[in-house]
Amino acid sequence: MHAEHEVLFRDSAAKALLDPQLRANFRRAMDGLITKRRNQFPDPRDLQDLRDLSTTIRSRSLLGLPELLEQFEVNCTKNGIKVHWAETCEQANELILSILRAKNAKTLVKGKSMVSEEMHLNAFLEANGIEALESDLGEYIIQLDGETPSHIIMPAIHKNKDQIARQFSQKIKDAKYTEDVDELTAMARRVLRQKFLDADAGLSGVNFAVAETGTLCLVENEGNGRMSTHVPPLHIAVMGLEKVVATLEDVAPLYAILTRSATGQAVSTYFNMITGPRGEGEKDGPQEVHLVILDNGRSRIYADPQLRATLRCIRCGACMNHCPVYTRVGGHAYEAVYPGPIGKILTPQMEGVGVRHDLIHGSSLCGACGEVCPVEIPIPEILVRLRREATHDDEGSNVAGRGTGRTATEDWAWRLWAGVLKRPALYRLAAWFATRFGKALPAGAPLIKNWTRSRTKPVPARRSLSERMRAEGGKHV
Amino acid sequence: MSEPKPKKVYFYGTCLVDLFFPDAGMAGIQLLRQAGVDVVFPEGQTCCGQPAFNCGYWEEARDVARNQVALFPQDLPVILPSGSCAGMMKVHYPELFHGQPDEAKVKAFSARVYELTQFLVDVLDVKLKDLGAPVKVTWHSSCHAVRDLGLKGEPQALIGQLANVELAPLAREHECCGFGGTFSVRQPEISGAMSCDKAADAEATGASVVLSTDGGCLLNVNGTLEAKQSPLRVQHIAEFLWERTHAR
Amino acid sequence: MSEPRTDTHTDARTAILGRLRAADGAGPLPVPDTAVLERRQWPAAERMVRLRKGMEAVHTEFLEATPATWPAVVRAFCDGAGLKNLLYGPTSEAGKALAAAWAPGGTQLMPYDRPVEAFKHELFTGVDAGFTGTVGGVAETGGLLLMPGPDEPRLMSLVPPVHIALLKASTIHDTFWSAVKALGWGRSLPPNALLISGPSKTADIEQTLAYGVHGPKRLIVVLVDDLA
Repeated sequence: MHAEHEVLFRDSAAKALLDPQLRANFRRAMDGLITKRRNQFPDPRDLQDLRDLSTTIRSRSLLGLPELLEQFEVNCTKNGIKVHWAETCEQANELILSILRAKNAKTLVKGKSMVSEEMHLNAFLEANGIEALESDLGEYIIQLDGETPSHIIMPAIHKNKDQIARQFSQKIKDAKYTEDVDELTAMARRVLRQKFLDADAGLSGVNFAVAETGTLCLVENEGNGRMSTHVPPLHIAVMGLEKVVATLEDVAPLYAILTRSATGQAVSTYFNMITGPRGEGEKDGPQEVHLVILDNGRSRIYADPQLRATLRCIRCGACMNHCPVYTRVGGHAYEAVYPGPIGKILTPQMEGVGVRHDLIHGSSLCGACGEVCPVEIPIPEILVRLRREATHDDEGSNVAGRGTGRTATEDWAWRLWAGVLKRPALYRLAAWFATRFGKALPAGAPLIKNWTRSRTKPVPARRSLSERMRAEGGKHV
Repeated sequence: MSEPKPKKVYFYGTCLVDLFFPDAGMAGIQLLRQAGVDVVFPEGQTCCGQPAFNCGYWEEARDVARNQVALFPQDLPVILPSGSCAGMMKVHYPELFHGQPDEAKVKAFSARVYELTQFLVDVLDVKLKDLGAPVKVTWHSSCHAVRDLGLKGEPQALIGQLANVELAPLAREHECCGFGGTFSVRQPEISGAMSCDKAADAEATGASVVLSTDGGCLLNVNGTLEAKQSPLRVQHIAEFLWERTHAR
Repeated sequence: MSEPRTDTHTDARTAILGRLRAADGAGPLPVPDTAVLERRQWPAAERMVRLRKGMEAVHTEFLEATPATWPAVVRAFCDGAGLKNLLYGPTSEAGKALAAAWAPGGTQLMPYDRPVEAFKHELFTGVDAGFTGTVGGVAETGGLLLMPGPDEPRLMSLVPPVHIALLKASTIHDTFWSAVKALGWGRSLPPNALLISGPSKTADIEQTLAYGVHGPKRLIVVLVDDLA
């Protein structure tokens, strides 16, 4: 049974829908992002060509993934980057703890990393006596309140200026109340500069990993990523195993489409290419660089030729910006690390399609996500596939939790549905009853009850089209 | 048009038009006849199978779909007054029947499927003459008509041919109205919020009627407008076009 | 491998790569069509204009100079802005040229000639500006290409509140992609390489742009017109 999980997203979303402030914050932000992205792609042919190229590059990289990962590891190691592998988040957390302990590190300053969110690294390190401080402004804001990101690119997008102003004045030492964004930013700068200076270690994610040169690429605007990776003596990077591509030439178009799709920027402020720790003769940079490559269910997704497209994702967030559901409920309603359309296909594949049945059915299949995806992930088709997997245990399927969302009621309902619709005579009878007595159905009947929460009850016409065409006669075959 | 125009077509009513919007179905058939095309309406039509397909019940969807495909044996265009159902038959049938013994037959069928306005504009190149009084309308584009079928302004082009009709642009025209089939009853809160926003956007246009090519969207938006006691109503584009161009 | 590996590690690596290898799908590799990138080409003079336009849109400031005048232009800016000091790389080509032309008085030139550990606190609190060269620029979007290293340490362009960068117009490439090809970065890279398009910025508070969040608050490009 999946009843409990089925309502997880529905319940949280219903709560979010009742918060007018939250809805206004998201609607305004998403409308702005949609416009900014559109302005970056004035020529539809250029956009389609760039999407095709990006899709090809990501597909190619995935086709040769095991070989690219090995080549990447060899080159990283040659460059002095120490490579570690983790099958699970627990393993990855333990690896990071042991690296920090070996250097006697007590404080870790973090650049933005969704993989570290996936690992719940901060909580794990805090429990082990290590301070993990988020330094991306958005991440810093939500960490002050003990929250999780509500968007993968703009983690604090659910908050408005007034909420942040109140929070800063209460939680930052010597801070006065101000709603001036420049002053708020300056406050965070003051606090975090000291943290960069004092930190024993820095942590970052990886936007693209380059096999040919053993390079970690980081995309950012703030400079906190560079601070985290260049100032402390130890840098630890974490990445999902799907991030690797063959060459930096391959990265260039992906980077171009990433920033345009994500925030409607032609280019980010910084594109940081890290190919090793402090080199011979260098006066700064970390003495040690470690990289943790995380699986956490990705190799299982990889095994399925259709679902593998999920791993093409470059984490731009355009699917959430354009999603009519996300726009209304925000990221927290998903009760998952990755919200929005990509989260709806990624989370159930990681946690099990049965237990996250709520997410895969939380879509109208409108297709806005697939339309804007820079690497053409067919999100609606994958949602339909996962809906199938949740209720069927097909031979050859490798999907986590397949078949565990099956219920006798739903099975019976679809069998009945097909039983009627594949027999025109039965349909004709049912249609006759519907047109004559449909009006009499109580608005409180199951399903109709859900429909009539915000709509009037649909009333069938008095005579169906088929009936009228039969009456017309002569035009039938 | 370089290709000769077909003389005869099939019409597939779809279950929602059959039960809820039969006038739209009749109007679609009349518009085709008005354009000089003979319309065949085979007996035994039920549903394209989309609800079961979207929910992952593919055997059940195939059972139904297979019976429907069999109703259209001749090599004639199959016209649907619905973007969503046309999308199902044209784009998703090949996926649904992938690897099945009758895959080739189904694919050949899918290639013959058209949404009504697409066929009227792109194939028949119809010219409409407006006989109605001045009116202001707005257009709700259905997600599947645009994204599955790739409709690129055919309905708006038809409305544009009507001299006395003013087309008021709908804010966020390409945003889903919240129907989504089973989504509307599985996630009634989110679906309801989307529908209410769509109804509000439609009201803000100042139009007196919302036109669309999809039974699902029409049912949803109309029910929402009625629930909020709005004077605004929806109409299927086929019915609207027929009314405007046909002297009663 | 540089250090002995634990059993867990070896197991994880073997298991992960094993699972990836077991998946089918080895087929012909799709061939990327890069025409959309190749189309992005401009004459040299236009590249300079595009770069400037792109970078100015994100608050980068420009100073015009010639191969002969640029040290004086840098100096005039520093004195005009009342900078106490300017961090520079004493062994870099641009650093040497700058030092040779630097007259005493006004803004002090400050060499980055020690490991950062020796003056980390001072770097964070007592340096007004950093001066670096560049290895090129990107016309399409606007952007500078930097290769920090022994002569020009990484933090010079990051920690001081003002970053002054020297860019020769002749080194501006069409796109980041064409720059990567021209500079040979696809085959080998130094420990750090960078693209910088403007001063540090954020939009994390209500989508409102604010500059100077962590890195430099100002980016000054000294654009040397060497096209003639």
